[in-house]
Amino acid sequence: MTDNSGAIPLETESDKTAPGTPVLEVRDLSVDFGVEKKWVPAAIGLNYEVRAGEVLAIVGESGSGKSASSMALLGLLPSNSRVRGSVKLSGKELIGPDATRIREVRGKDVAVIFQEPMTALNPVYTVGAQIVETLRLHNEISPDEAKKRALHMLDLVELPDPEKAFKSYPHQLSGGQRQRAMIAQSLSCDPKLLIADEPTTALDVTVQAEILDLMRHLRNKLDSAIILITHDMGVVADLADRIAVMRKGVIVETGTAQQIFSNPQHEYTQALLAAVPHLGQGADSGDVDVTAALAAATHTELESVDPDELARRERENQEALKAAAEEAAKPKGEPVLELTDVAIEYPKQGRVPAFRAVEGANLVIHPGEVLGLVGESGSGKTTIGRAAVGLLPVAAGTMRVVGQDISAAKRNGKQLHKLRRDIGMVFQDPSSSLNPRLPIGESIGEPMFLAGVAKGAELQNRIEKLLDQVELPRGYRNRYPHELSGGQKQRVGIARALSLQPKLMVADEPTSALDVSVQAKVLELFQNLQRELGFACLFVTHDLAVVDVLADRICVMQRGRIVEQGTRDQILRNPQEPYTQRLLAAVPLPDPEKQRERRELRAQLMAAGIE
Amino acid sequence: MIRYIIRRLLQVIPVFLGTTLLVYYMVFALPGDPIAALFGERQPPQSVIDALRSQYNLDQPFWVQYGLFLKNLFTFNLGVDFTQQPIAATLARIFPVTAMLAIEALIIQAVFGVLFGVFAGLRKGKLFDSTVLVASLVVIAVPTFVLGFVFQLIFGVQLGWAKPTVGANADWGNLILPAVVLGLVSFAYVLRLTRTSVIENMNADYVRTATAKGLSRPRVVLAHILRNSMIPVVTYLGANLGGLMGGAIVTEGIFNVPGVGNKLFQAVQRGEGPTVVAIVSVLVLVFVVANLLVDLLYAWLDPRIRYE
Repeated sequence: MTDNSGAIPLETESDKTAPGTPVLEVRDLSVDFGVEKKWVPAAIGLNYEVRAGEVLAIVGESGSGKSASSMALLGLLPSNSRVRGSVKLSGKELIGPDATRIREVRGKDVAVIFQEPMTALNPVYTVGAQIVETLRLHNEISPDEAKKRALHMLDLVELPDPEKAFKSYPHQLSGGQRQRAMIAQSLSCDPKLLIADEPTTALDVTVQAEILDLMRHLRNKLDSAIILITHDMGVVADLADRIAVMRKGVIVETGTAQQIFSNPQHEYTQALLAAVPHLGQGADSGDVDVTAALAAATHTELESVDPDELARRERENQEALKAAAEEAAKPKGEPVLELTDVAIEYPKQGRVPAFRAVEGANLVIHPGEVLGLVGESGSGKTTIGRAAVGLLPVAAGTMRVVGQDISAAKRNGKQLHKLRRDIGMVFQDPSSSLNPRLPIGESIGEPMFLAGVAKGAELQNRIEKLLDQVELPRGYRNRYPHELSGGQKQRVGIARALSLQPKLMVADEPTSALDVSVQAKVLELFQNLQRELGFACLFVTHDLAVVDVLADRICVMQRGRIVEQGTRDQILRNPQEPYTQRLLAAVPLPDPEKQRERRELRAQLMAAGIE
Repeated sequence: MIRYIIRRLLQVIPVFLGTTLLVYYMVFALPGDPIAALFGERQPPQSVIDALRSQYNLDQPFWVQYGLFLKNLFTFNLGVDFTQQPIAATLARIFPVTAMLAIEALIIQAVFGVLFGVFAGLRKGKLFDSTVLVASLVVIAVPTFVLGFVFQLIFGVQLGWAKPTVGANADWGNLILPAVVLGLVSFAYVLRLTRTSVIENMNADYVRTATAKGLSRPRVVLAHILRNSMIPVVTYLGANLGGLMGGAIVTEGIFNVPGVGNKLFQAVQRGEGPTVVAIVSVLVLVFVVANLLVDLLYAWLDPRIRYE
């Protein structure tokens, strides 16, 4: 552990707490969970402190104890847990026999923002009622006064119509609005410390960027201390002043953001940073300077970058683009998937009218090519993936899959039944897409058995070969899904999709449920398999950095329409559509220096009125 | 909202016609001659039989019988039963009794079921929870008539806390014992449903949010957990009210309650088509209204559900 006393000073105008004195001091904090009469440690001997106006990021992958240790600060853990050590909030002890009543601290001195804005607010009360409840609990004020303050808070978190948000139930707001409402509630009693547990993980990138901006503004304005719990290095780079890296319940390294990103000491930190997909550094064809590309495409000048330097970077970018264009012009053979003016509808159900999710889509995938289909939630990207497998009917236009026109095919008809042998599909959630009651060997072998390709010893042989291909031990064939980790399950999913040697693979967010280091390994495996077996792939994802690693071509969707498509280099080096530019600018870079440039660029794009 | 209620009430028409037709047909199709059964061993003169037959339209074909029944119904003339009592008077006598019984049973199962369910859920895995779970299983497993006789014997005869049978003068106090027996089985279901629902909601993210806001435990339970947990319970209770109003033949039989169940059973045995169909018609209305109330309550409890 490095010494934290050299934390970077912050320009704060605090009158609550003098800068430098910690708001929160954590000493030897340990958390254990009682599992089958044994104590299983979740956090071991943690030491850290947070000062007013400072953002401490606690980073780690799932199971690192970052969330459990932070919930322990407020006694929010389930009853089978044990917390030891000392937590002092402005000198008041929160743990142990001398602890002040924790309930008086909750919500007033320490507030929490949770990960899932969808579920963190009570669905049966209006947003306003929930904020008023918090306000009146900690302050002796009238309902009218509370309402006034709640409206003020909703205004502060930049909700477009505070009056309307006040009266709305959570389900009537979008994910980003809900998270803003959550933040408004958390900040309503001017907490000294704000714990933000994965505050942007469930949100789209552009919304994430807005929420991060909001948190930065509020940090400066309210001078609270913030503990940011996250697995996303980009978010950390954007917001954190200091970083604590956790692994298996232990803080392995702490330091300023600058120290951790530029000179990580612990090997785990190094591995973690290396595993983060870095937009612009994905493919072999060289790194892309996305900031420069965006600056050139939008004719923006940046204060933080020397103009000559920026011009040089823009020039390099143009040259690389030219080289890549020549490469892309080579002929490619008959398309595996071809959409011409396709519209896709969710058929009407009872009184719910049909919903057109995709309109006028044109795209082509050639053999051996990976097309990354990117968009935010509700953009229709998954819809196209599902229609390509024949799970949704084509309402207009023609869709050709592996040389056959399936626009008019009957659902579950013979044509689709046969066609599906040529298509493999990998799903988003590896846990729920495998039958929990089938050993994984059978899950992998089922498509081959049903298609009548192989049976008996031949089938067993093939299953073993597939397990080899996805780098799982052959002995795993008799295991059940719950005995495997998330990454291993997704390998099984890939093996199953490959079992009939498909010409087209449809992968719907296959890595978004995985930790970064696991994701990196699965993506590498996928890439190797794709090169080796040469299948074409429609890779659906919201994560631009993942697409960047895999895709030959990128297709950007917004609100049911394809707004821009091209080769990876065209999209990343020379984005033309404002939406693509906005999307690229919103992806945080896992590097504080570069992220500062990117943030300025994004601010300028937004200021220029790009919608 | 208003449009939704009107639409739901309009649904009564086909449901009503369908059920009465079905019931009328089933009574019609029952083997045996109801008039002959009425006189038992004695052989009345043919003229009396014919007079009775024409009074109840039994000499007409089925469709005419059913048509005449509908015509009488819409002119609020329910006619008389085989003992020459006006059916309307019978309905006015039996429905209040069963309604009292049903309401008492409903209150018992709702109040105690929810109360025990919430405590069991909050103390999941503890002694109270396990005890309540086992006890509720016993209640579900034991048939109603066994429970009925045991309660009648213990509380009615031996302890003398309540009258063992209700008889003609049914009031709230007299009906307590049958109401307890009647409510007990559903009480067990309500309890288990509430318990599961509370356990599920207890771990919900918004409950953690409520705790993190600094709310006291009682407030978290009452304002946040309970309201969300009530949603499935209300559905069950509503469906149950309809069932209770249909009259509990076994319980009403044991405690000699002059209610719908008893009367319906007699009428079916005697093949009294007009009485059976009249009772069922009222029941259809009760069911439809009860279901509508449940759906409205549902929307009130859960703002995510909206009707238009």
